[in-house]
Amino acid sequence: MSTGMIFALAGAALFVTGVAGLVLQEHLLRKILAFNVMGSGAFLVLVGLGQRSGTPDPVPQAMVLTGIVVSVAATALALALARQLFNLTGGMRLPRKAPDD
Amino acid sequence: MTDPVAWIVLLPLFWATLAFVIGPEHGGRLAFAGLAVQLALALTVAQDVSGGAVRVHSVGGWDAPLGIELLADGLAAAMLLLTQTVALPLALYARAYFRVHPECGRYFWPLTGFLLAAMNAMFLSADVFNIYVTLELVGLAAVGLVASGGGGAPAIVAALRYLFATLLGSGAYLLGVALLYGTYGSVSLSVLAPLVNENAPAAVLLAAGLMLTGLMLKTALVPFQFWLPPAHGGAPAPVSALLSALVIKASFYLIMRLWLTLYMPLTVPAAAQLLGMLGGAAILWGSFMALRQAHLKMLVAYSTVAQIGYLFLLFPLVTQTPPETVQSATQGVVMQIFAHGLAKAAMFAAAGAVILSTGHDEIAHLGGISSRLPLTLFTFSMAGVTLMGLPPSSGFLAKWLLIDAAISSRQWGLILVMIVGGLLTAAYVFKVLRHAFLKAEQSTTFRRLPRMLEWPAFILALASLLLGLRAGDLVNLAVAP
Repeated sequence: MSTGMIFALAGAALFVTGVAGLVLQEHLLRKILAFNVMGSGAFLVLVGLGQRSGTPDPVPQAMVLTGIVVSVAATALALALARQLFNLTGGMRLPRKAPDD
Repeated sequence: MTDPVAWIVLLPLFWATLAFVIGPEHGGRLAFAGLAVQLALALTVAQDVSGGAVRVHSVGGWDAPLGIELLADGLAAAMLLLTQTVALPLALYARAYFRVHPECGRYFWPLTGFLLAAMNAMFLSADVFNIYVTLELVGLAAVGLVASGGGGAPAIVAALRYLFATLLGSGAYLLGVALLYGTYGSVSLSVLAPLVNENAPAAVLLAAGLMLTGLMLKTALVPFQFWLPPAHGGAPAPVSALLSALVIKASFYLIMRLWLTLYMPLTVPAAAQLLGMLGGAAILWGSFMALRQAHLKMLVAYSTVAQIGYLFLLFPLVTQTPPETVQSATQGVVMQIFAHGLAKAAMFAAAGAVILSTGHDEIAHLGGISSRLPLTLFTFSMAGVTLMGLPPSSGFLAKWLLIDAAISSRQWGLILVMIVGGLLTAAYVFKVLRHAFLKAEQSTTFRRLPRMLEWPAFILALASLLLGLRAGDLVNLAVAP
């Protein structure tokens, strides 16, 4: 098995872990962390599969850099919203069922 | 320097940033001026494209493999046109709306500008990675709009749910991009299109599944609709109108683009039938839930869940069916995107006007609207006519084309779903009208509304109705190469 493939498989495992965390964890901070794990998984797959016969390919690296910027922005927005929710309700969990109104 | 394809992305970025710097009081005027120019640019692009010219713009002068290419074909031009056409009257409406509720609109103009720039860039994207970036930008701006509407804790909860749904969706999409790049070493749609065929490796099938699931989550197809009603129903009316009319369509546009150009050879009839069934379930369940709502804006939000269902009937109609079926199904879906975009923007705007005038939106207490807000009620009914699919509206044409495609491919179940869906739509529209025509209750007080809270919605509803008469041009534009 090539190094690239090992990276890609590790990335896939990270991605699945992240998705599970995002869906199953209730604490908002854990959800936000899980989203970051998921994103890193996808980036690792992108870089891992991008390697052809051991030489790194610069294009996916550039894409991952862009992706990191996007996910930092998303994390910042999520944290700001979580903080606002904490200020308003004193809790860090989403209510179990969406209210009808 | 003067390429409209570049400016239609740059212009909203400019006015959004300016609106942020100078503050919310003046943002509306800037946005309106910017949007008027954007509409003119969209018309120029549409004219060029329907004349047979595909417009390509290399950003910063760097060509495709290194730089980013913007590409306007027929479908992209049609979506650009719809977006600016809906946003321009909504800008007038939003100015009047936020004059009454200034605390809800502090960040409306900057966020709307960023949202429109991201959507315009998405329609013009020619590679799957650029699509990922624009998809995230659209999602972040839309979540910001839901959160900053001044709705307190419920709005923040709705925004967070929406944010997690949209991040999960784009995460799945990005993994799909990684698998595609790993298999073929390219992200350009035009390079990938000839490479994907029936014998594609399993990684590509997985990529297709991940991208489709991610985008379905963002489009809120049943069973992923959970985040939509609180986010769309709870936001201020101008925001709900933008989200329901345009943002949902942006992710559906991607599904359509990816399928028609890339993944068609991979689709098996069973998967297409499953998507069609989910679409049918969305139509029936969404309409039924709309009928059960006690609040006007929630009714309109569930109606969106239902109308999304019609879009997904595309799959069973274009998978392994004769070319003329594919053509009329594609035309029908484009028509439905326009019909629902215009009508739903009008409907949310009308609902917002009712709330500003009466101070509530409980359907049971809407009595007196017919005499006090006749124009708004007329707007609501016209939009309802489009959603029900009565002639001569664009909604009628959309359903006609879809039913025609279903008949020619002998899929009788789909016809039944569409007819029952139309009847249920009529039921929830008439539920509102029935209460609106009752006498006003003693306790209700009606505020006089500025004209700009009623006329823009009326124009949108009228456009959705009259589009049925000029449908030929639109349909030809959307299928132009």
